[in-house]
Amino acid sequence: MTRERALSITTEAPLAAGDPGQPLVSVRRVTKAFGAIRALSDVDLDVYAGEVVALLGDNGAGKSTLAKILAGAHPADSGEIRVGGRPVSISSPSEAQALGIAIVYQDLALCENLDTVANLFLGREEGRFLLSEESMEKHARSLLLRLSAKIPSVGTAVASLSGGQRQVVAIARSLLGNPSLVILDEPTAALGVAQTAEVLNMITQLSESGHGVVLITHQLADVQVVADRVVVLRQGRNNGTFRMSEVSQEDIIAAITGANNAGAAGRTGPSQQSSKGSP
Amino acid sequence: MSADELAQVGVPADRPVTSSAGADEVRRQPAWHLGNLLSRLGSTLPILIGLGLVWGIFGATNSVFLSSANLSNLAIESVAVGTIATGIVFVLLVAQIDLSVGSMSGVASSLLGVGLTEWGLPLGVAIAIALLASVGVGLVYGIVFVRFNVPSFVITLAGLLALLGFQLWLIGSTGTINIPFGSWIVRFMQQMYLPHPVAYALAGLAAAGFAASGLARIRRRRKAELPSGSVAPRLLTSGLLLVGLEAATWYLNRANGVSYAFAFFIALVVAANVVLKRTRWGRYLYAVGASPEAARRAGINVDLVFMSAFVVCSVMAALGGLLAAGRLAAASISSGTGDVNLNAIAAAVIGGTSLFGGRGHAYSALLGILVIQSISNGLTLLALSSPARFMITGGVLLVAVIVDSVSHRSRVAHGRA
Repeated sequence: MTRERALSITTEAPLAAGDPGQPLVSVRRVTKAFGAIRALSDVDLDVYAGEVVALLGDNGAGKSTLAKILAGAHPADSGEIRVGGRPVSISSPSEAQALGIAIVYQDLALCENLDTVANLFLGREEGRFLLSEESMEKHARSLLLRLSAKIPSVGTAVASLSGGQRQVVAIARSLLGNPSLVILDEPTAALGVAQTAEVLNMITQLSESGHGVVLITHQLADVQVVADRVVVLRQGRNNGTFRMSEVSQEDIIAAITGANNAGAAGRTGPSQQSSKGSP
Repeated sequence: MSADELAQVGVPADRPVTSSAGADEVRRQPAWHLGNLLSRLGSTLPILIGLGLVWGIFGATNSVFLSSANLSNLAIESVAVGTIATGIVFVLLVAQIDLSVGSMSGVASSLLGVGLTEWGLPLGVAIAIALLASVGVGLVYGIVFVRFNVPSFVITLAGLLALLGFQLWLIGSTGTINIPFGSWIVRFMQQMYLPHPVAYALAGLAAAGFAASGLARIRRRRKAELPSGSVAPRLLTSGLLLVGLEAATWYLNRANGVSYAFAFFIALVVAANVVLKRTRWGRYLYAVGASPEAARRAGINVDLVFMSAFVVCSVMAALGGLLAAGRLAAASISSGTGDVNLNAIAAAVIGGTSLFGGRGHAYSALLGILVIQSISNGLTLLALSSPARFMITGGVLLVAVIVDSVSHRSRVAHGRA
């Protein structure tokens, strides 16, 4: 990551190359196995700029595996990933960052002994020989202010922040690299009602400012508040892609659990993005 | 921040800023704030009190203990093990341990002795060989640790034995190798004291440096439009530091004065602390010590950070061994054995560096070694030798570890881990 890139802190996503009709990130027929376990089989996913895609599925459906492939934590065994229309291979977290893909993990995202500023800039500190603490603090303040984040003090250790505040810091950090796609892995899993609202508010802000957002969650209530589209995985395969405006909660649950034939009927090819999940 | 400014930084004016999240929500307490000052002192306060107690008790029971000559001697005796303890701080910060620092220092002593006498090498070359050997040892530890995930205490325990064997082999049957008294490192550790005016000037310079760094920080914060605190408190603390340092210098100057060796050790500790607190690598040590996984996900090369910590610790141990050899004007099969290992580790822990990683500072090596050396020195003056010394030092270490553990647990319980 270049210095300039690290310095350019903005909540506006850079426009993806090419026409706006093109997906920001496009995943085709991605397969991943861990030993004998097939975590993903021929999975497709498209994310456009300015939309929130909820990635749903039961435990072990492959949601986190797909997220980690995009974030460079695991390489895919086969399949194609395109970013801005260009085929890419993502083999490390730093490559994902360079491609404008940021991920916020459910846990273990922050170092609790460091303060908010240090955590925000961890891995991309400013300063040549000595750290430019003032410059980082200034950028951190303006970033948090723009995100309307309620952080009591940027100088105290993250350990003293609430779960929601930590999640906000983790999301804010993902924005420092100026990503076009932000992946959130169960950001509200451990949060209370008010804190969840805070994080959902932030997700809406991200998509409004032009970022593509992938939201991995089990909370269907959250999905209904923020998501534009729902992609369901079941046992490592696509099991339906729905427009939020055209689908009922029952259909989504059916696709997740495979309770009826909706799954098979709703399995769509990439060209049928908005087809309904049930007949 | 006004609405205009918000608009400038890209927030549409019509977007409601969440009600209670005003500019004052995102604040950082300025450094001079009383609570902040206390919390900064917080970790070193117990050790300062402990040091005061130790000095008070020995000063009351023995008239020699607080004399200029004894304190000057105590300072120089702290240098070798204190240097090793400084290295220990680096591995403790990444939540690892090096149990072989004593043996590493013994090997360095032996390489110096053998190099100067049997191999007839110039001093600089002998020192370079010892330091290079320690880099190699630290690299081996680091590579074994990151490749095979073996707990570091086992790796370094194996290293302890292997290094001890190497040391015995180096020294051979003679058991002791004398280092010529004319050698620079022996004079450095035994006879070289700062001329009095130079000592006063250095003390003044240190206080001036403290003031200047504080003022520069305030100026940078003002320039960045951050809350900066005022100049007066910093000047006041600088003035107090100046008085304290000059008084200490005056007191030591009544006897031999301030040794080069102790001045070197202080400079080493200050430099180590700057590296830990103000550089990228230093910050990575804290990050990796607290959560290796979070550090890895932030794009930090965690393996490299672990390896560098082991290397720095080994190099510091070797440096301590070289200084110890100079102090004794000899290298022997017992160099670096006995209580050197545990004293170095105990010093870092007693001084306030946590065994749980991610918490501590370089000054803990200085404070901790002063406590240990004071106890050792005071008990010797009271004609209580090794048995009592070992037991009391062991007791102090136990107390320090309990304090560390309890405060760690309470931080976890109060969500301030």
